[in-house]
Amino acid sequence: MKAAPFDYIRPDTLDDACACLASHPDARIIAGGQSLVPMLAMRLARPSLVIDIAHIDGLSAIRDDGDALVIGTMVRQAAALSDPLIATHLPLLAKALTHVGHPPTRSRGTVGGSLVHADPSAEIPLVAVALGACLRMRDSDGDIDFDAADFFIGPMLTLIPPTACLYEIRFPKPKAAYVGTGFHEIATRRSDYALAAAGAHIEADAHGRVQDIRLAIGGVSDFPQRLPIDLPTDLAKSKSSLAAAIDTALDTVDFVEDMHASASYRRRVVAELAGRAISDALNEITAGLA
Amino acid sequence: MNITLDINGKATTASIEPRLTLLDFLRDVAGLKGTHAGCEHGVCGACTVLLDGDAVRSCLVLAAQAEGSHITTIEAVDGADRQPGELSIIQDAFCETHGLQCGYCTPGMVLAAKTLLQHTPAPSREDVREAISGNICRCTGYVQIVDAIMLAAERLQGRNQPADGA
Repeated sequence: MKAAPFDYIRPDTLDDACACLASHPDARIIAGGQSLVPMLAMRLARPSLVIDIAHIDGLSAIRDDGDALVIGTMVRQAAALSDPLIATHLPLLAKALTHVGHPPTRSRGTVGGSLVHADPSAEIPLVAVALGACLRMRDSDGDIDFDAADFFIGPMLTLIPPTACLYEIRFPKPKAAYVGTGFHEIATRRSDYALAAAGAHIEADAHGRVQDIRLAIGGVSDFPQRLPIDLPTDLAKSKSSLAAAIDTALDTVDFVEDMHASASYRRRVVAELAGRAISDALNEITAGLA
Repeated sequence: MNITLDINGKATTASIEPRLTLLDFLRDVAGLKGTHAGCEHGVCGACTVLLDGDAVRSCLVLAAQAEGSHITTIEAVDGADRQPGELSIIQDAFCETHGLQCGYCTPGMVLAAKTLLQHTPAPSREDVREAISGNICRCTGYVQIVDAIMLAAERLQGRNQPADGA
């Protein structure tokens, strides 16, 4: 469990980090290191250069940009969990963060690091997909934007160019009168990798009519994915037609199977979790209307 | 590369390879063997230390990343003002409730508890379970560890008195 040798550099600016990436094709960025350091220890990753972006100014900020909440890539998961802007504008992210790792990994692990690592069972990518976040990265030619929905293409595989560094994530702020959210997951132990996870974000107008349902699932296939859910706008009818709508949506998912859980188990569990997540969200809206 | 780390309030400078973890720096460079090496890939929590007051796994931090931070290990869990061998309130609580058997996980448990009690002086048992959810113990079954942390919380709130009032 000792890493192979590598060089280490701590650039002061994002452009310096990008220049290092461009000149070292097998370099790896380290943010919090909670995924990369184990991979180094087990020699699953053997970069010649590790680029530490923790000392670059401005990557650890969370700011309100009007239409979007912009989270710097180096924002620690623990900081995000206690952030009032996230609690107010991105309640689904706040709920999901309580399931991310353990307190000692959240104090080092970052929002951006989890996205780029792209573990299929990770909660932050699931939320980014559900909410349609924009991932903004920089390489030596300038900025590149990715929609989270397109970004994840396989287990630990994303569309990030090898010379680019993710530097901020833009989450659109909800616009509707009422927002309800729910997040549920099943793992073998508390805070372990999710065997199945589901997050729902629902927006309703001032009369309680459902306008937008955003449901995403993770841990059950090669990458987190959003499920199209068709429900009546009437809240009461939405609840009664929920199970059938989820079952139809799950037909499009290619479920994975491993030593921990079969594909059919994952399908059954994620259907239940998705139902609970949507019910929580609808109940929050009902409570808000009361 | 040359780095200087602030460990338990003392600056330690060494020439290291960038691949050296904070765990190995503490044990092999600074000679502080109280931080235990368990799985060395971030699963067991035995190597937990405080980095700027928050619990982290020292096997998942490169020593180079920790430059400029304040590291606290089990050797200084209660500051430097105690006599050698004298236990802190949290450690004492672990002894009294039989919150340890082999003791391998205990330094990590104590430091995880210290972070919790700094942020949450009066935790629920569920808060305690969450705080130590990343620390594996194969002896105790955790119940007495939770008891220990609850007892320490009570004493740290100023009720560190014998039950009979003597």
